[in-house]
This record gives sequence, C-alpha cells and structure tokens, in this order.
Amino acid sequence: MLKDQDRIFKNLYNDMGADVKSAQTRGDWVNTSDIISKGRDWIINEIKDSQLRGRGGAGFPTGLKWSFAPKEVGSRPHYLVINADESEPGTCKDRDILRFEPHKLIEGCLIASYAIQAHACYIYIRGEYFIEGQKLQSAINEAYEKNLIGKNAAGTGWDLDIYIHYGAGAYICGEETALLESIEGKKGQPRLKPPFPALIGLYGCPTIINNVETIAVVPTILRRGGKWFSSLGREKNTGTKIFCISGNVNNPCNVEEEMNIPLKELIDVHAGGVIGGWENLQAVIPGGSSMPLIPKEKCETLTMDFDSLMAEKSGLGTAGIVVINKDQDIIKCMARIARFYKHESCGQCTPCREGSGWMWRMLERMAKGEATKDEVDMLGDVTNQIAGHTICAFGEGSSWPVQGLLRHFKKEIEERNNLDPIVQKKNNIPYLVDQHLLDKKNA
Amino acid sequence: MSLRRPAKNQPETFEFSSSSMEEANKIVSNYPEGKQQSAVMTLLYIAQKQNNNWIPLAAMKYIAKFLDMPYIKVYEVATFYTMYNLSPVGKYFVQVCTTTPCMIRGANKLVEACREKISDKENELSNDKSCSWMEVECLGACVNAPMMQINDNYYEDLDKEKTLEIFDKILKGEDPKPGSYRGRLNTEPENNRKTLMDIKNA
Repeated sequence: MLKDQDRIFKNLYNDMGADVKSAQTRGDWVNTSDIISKGRDWIINEIKDSQLRGRGGAGFPTGLKWSFAPKEVGSRPHYLVINADESEPGTCKDRDILRFEPHKLIEGCLIASYAIQAHACYIYIRGEYFIEGQKLQSAINEAYEKNLIGKNAAGTGWDLDIYIHYGAGAYICGEETALLESIEGKKGQPRLKPPFPALIGLYGCPTIINNVETIAVVPTILRRGGKWFSSLGREKNTGTKIFCISGNVNNPCNVEEEMNIPLKELIDVHAGGVIGGWENLQAVIPGGSSMPLIPKEKCETLTMDFDSLMAEKSGLGTAGIVVINKDQDIIKCMARIARFYKHESCGQCTPCREGSGWMWRMLERMAKGEATKDEVDMLGDVTNQIAGHTICAFGEGSSWPVQGLLRHFKKEIEERNNLDPIVQKKNNIPYLVDQHLLDKKNA
Repeated sequence: MSLRRPAKNQPETFEFSSSSMEEANKIVSNYPEGKQQSAVMTLLYIAQKQNNNWIPLAAMKYIAKFLDMPYIKVYEVATFYTMYNLSPVGKYFVQVCTTTPCMIRGANKLVEACREKISDKENELSNDKSCSWMEVECLGACVNAPMMQINDNYYEDLDKEKTLEIFDKILKGEDPKPGSYRGRLNTEPENNRKTLMDIKNA
C-alpha cells in the first residue's frame, strides 16, 4: 500500500477542511514563487521527467502537451482550460478535488498557465456539480483576496485570472474540442482535428486543455521533484492515481493509490471485497464505462496502469472501476451503458448518432432473449461500423464496451438468444425484417 | 441523442429582473471583448432560475438580443443541453441517476419510490404541483450509489426507505439535509478506512 506521506491528496475525504489556511498547512502555496522563478523550461522538463500522463482518460504525456504551446506569444493570447466535466459513469474523482482540494487545482492552474504563457484560465465544470463549483469559486475568491492569483499572482510577477464556466449536462463536452465549442457558447459538438487546440483552440487561440487531476498533482510534483513521482508505479505509468471503486463491493470508495497496483488489492483491501466474496465476481469495468470489461479470470492478476490494461484490450481511462458480481445480469448492465451512449451522442456523425441507438435496442432485446442467432454477429458488425468512423473518440467509447461484452460473454448471449427465425415462426417479434416472407405460403 | 421540445404554453414576454441583470453583466465580463456569446449558457441558467426553473422561448429571444447573437443559436444551445428545462418542472426537481453503477446498487428502488410518492410518470407534477422527477444519466457520484439530485443538492447512499423519507420531507416543503444517508464521511470506505488515519484521528 502507498505510504501516507506519498499521497498527494491528503484531504481527499475532507478531514481537514478545504479553506486556504488548512491548504497551506498541507503544503499548498508554500513556495510557489520559488518554483516559478526556476523558469518555464525547468517546469516543463520536470513534468516530462516525472512521466506524468493525463488523468482524463487518454493518458497523453502532460509535459509533451505543454511543450506544444507556441514558445512565443504572438498576436493571439494563450489560454489554459481545465476539464472538470466529469461525466464518465463510474468516475467521481474530480468532484472530490473540486470540493476538498481546490487550492491544489488553483495553484496548479497558476503554474501551468505560467508554463504555457496564459493569462486566463477557464475551468469547465459540469452543470450538475453546482455545489462543487460554488466551493471552487469561494476558493478562487480566497486566492484573489490573498493575492495568490490576479495581478502579480503569489509574488511571481505573472498575471492570471481564473473563471468558472458551467456546462449543462452534456457528456460529450468532456471531449476537449466539444468543450471549447461549449465555452464559445455553441452546441457541444466536437471539431475535426487537426488543427489541434494547442495551436488553434479557444477563440482560435493556442489552448492547452488538461484534466483536473492532472493539474492538481503538478505543484506537488514540482515540490518533491519529478524523480520522486517517477519512482512510484512503473516505467511510463508513474505516480499516484485516484481510483474510484463502485458497484458490487462492500465499501465503495475513492482512494489514492500507486499506479500499477493489483486490481485485487484495490477491491479486497480498500473496497472491502466483492459482495458475496471473490468467487461471486463476474466482471470488472476497469476505467469508466467506455472501457471494455474484463472477466473474473483475468482480474486475479491484473495490475492497474495504462499499458497493462491496454495489453488486455481494455484501458485505464479515468480509473473508475465498476465491479459487477454474479447477481447482476451482465447483458442488462451493458444495455444500460449503451442507453447512456445513445442518450449522450451529440448527433453530429451519422454512424454514432444512429449506431448508438441501434446497439442499445439490440442489447435490450438480447437481455430479454428476444434476439435471433445471427443478430449477435450483426451487433459486432455495428460496433465496427461506428468505431473509427466518427470525428471524436465517442464512437470508440460507445462501441468498446459492447465489443468487450461480445469478446468475453458471447456464450451467454448466444445461450439466451438462440432463436432461428427461419425455423421458428414468431409473429410477436415485429422487428424481424424478413418476417413477412414467412407469412407467405410459398416462402 | 436526446430529443427535446419546448412547452406548448409559452409566456408572451420575458425580461431579466434587476438582480439577474447584474449577474448577467458580471458573467459577460468574464469573457474577452466581442466573445460575449460565451455567456449564453450561464445566462440561460439565470433565466431558468428566475422563471421557476424552466426556460420559455421568450427568454431565449431576450438573451439573443442581450448578447447580440441570432435567436436560432440560443435555441440550439437550449435544446442541446439537457439541464435546461424547456417546460415547467416542480419546485422540487428530483433527478434519479439510473446509469449502470447506480443501477447495480438498486437505483430502480429509488424510481419505485418516485412513482409511489411523486407521480406515476416521469416529468409529471405531483398532486400538489410542488414536485416532479425524472431519470437521468450518470451524475458523477458513483461510489455513493444509488443517489439522486434534488435541485442543486446530492443525496447519496440511499435505499427505498430513506428515499421515501426524503420525499415526505420535500412534500411538506422542508429541505432535507444533503449528503450521505448512511452517515459516512464523503467518499471514504465506510468502516474500512486504511489510509490517512493519522489525519482522521488528529
């Protein structure tokens, strides 16, 4: 287990209070001006040395992303945008940072803004987190009062203004370019890339977009050194991570742990074990709903980091672990996730808009055992028609969970749906396209 | 995609009250000059708050003029995002999360409670017209599942009985206490905490 002194988020459960005074006792804002006086290149190199990868789902190296910002500010200002549109089912880590560790985030914003030469930072919070947004706003107000941000922020000579922008219930706005569209006051529909936001982003200006957790760990990394951070976890999957363990466990919780921790340890030690014991485990969704599920056999030895989950054809995503035990109907669980994606598709690309509903309807039927034999393969075909054929990664995100289900639980689906429409005539299934043929005597 | 339509009965006019106007001007100043369109989402919230938690078409027209942008662009935004109510909802607006992590911990019991206490159908006002409920997608409090949101507050770690108790309170016009209903501290593992114990016991 990770030692307490190596935990970055010491107030994860709000034992101490989130105000600036108690944040300072935890080490926030202590020598911010010293860090910034070491210069841009030092900061970016230190983050590169730490091998920090983005915590929002894609796992892109943060130092590298920052280095994409233009070195000189031209006629267009630079912007920093924080993605706090946490909507991935199974994930609730950013909420705790916004509520209980807002000063880590604000200090991180200052350092990151300096590194990419931005004077304005927008924090995009999902609309449902209104209370959390208010708490962050009061922390921002505190920081302004103490001169930690604003003109000559924290005595660093850098000016920074931080604004909160509320979303309004659109999952897709967690996609970085949809988020920019949303800040610009439009529908949250993703943009084509390239051009990448680092060059043409918010209002057409260079913009760096990072997840809340990524930015909130930056001050601690710079204080304790990139070497310390990279000593945790393993090569290219370094540091600590907040895991959210939900679903059929005895004690669902958020916990900060080292990368590469065994999944079994997370579930058994921190979350109090699977309901009904380990043997009752059916499958685990390892990284938020868009990552393919992993069946029990593989959970025994699985370690939680970006690359080891990739090797299992899944992904760490946001590290929102949903544990599903044998009391649940796995097809129904996935049908509900498909309904989520059907509801949240932005409607811009046809394969996703139509396909997400198609997948949902098929899975609902399969859960009831009303689908025909050949529809199981058809479902796989539909997922392949969506993944890779859309502007943003939503296409993959919506079809991967279904592909995961087909990969590991195809037998269950086939057992339940063994209807052969040519042999068995079922008039009460109106959606069979060829049903009319059966009604003809000579068909 | 979610399909959303404005209500049939619409008020003729809408205007910001003086406090809304003040708030709106402050929001517009958050964005660079000429980019006032960015404020449209927050302005819609302000209109919604002023108008009993729903947005009439007149408010969209008003905001379009206010921000000097085409009405259709405001309409697009208001119909795209699901948190803008386009028809009247109850004073207590209950949103039950039923996405998978909540579903496998019994969110359907919460829906049952809604049907029993508030109204049989989603988006239908209760008998005394004070409450309405709907199923929503993930609200982002998965480790505190099952949960629901009433207006701005989250009610977590629920079961059917506790949900019914909360509904009894709101139907009497009281505001029940938000947060966990099993008495645990935020997102810590209940009775099984192994981390940061020195801080907890300090």
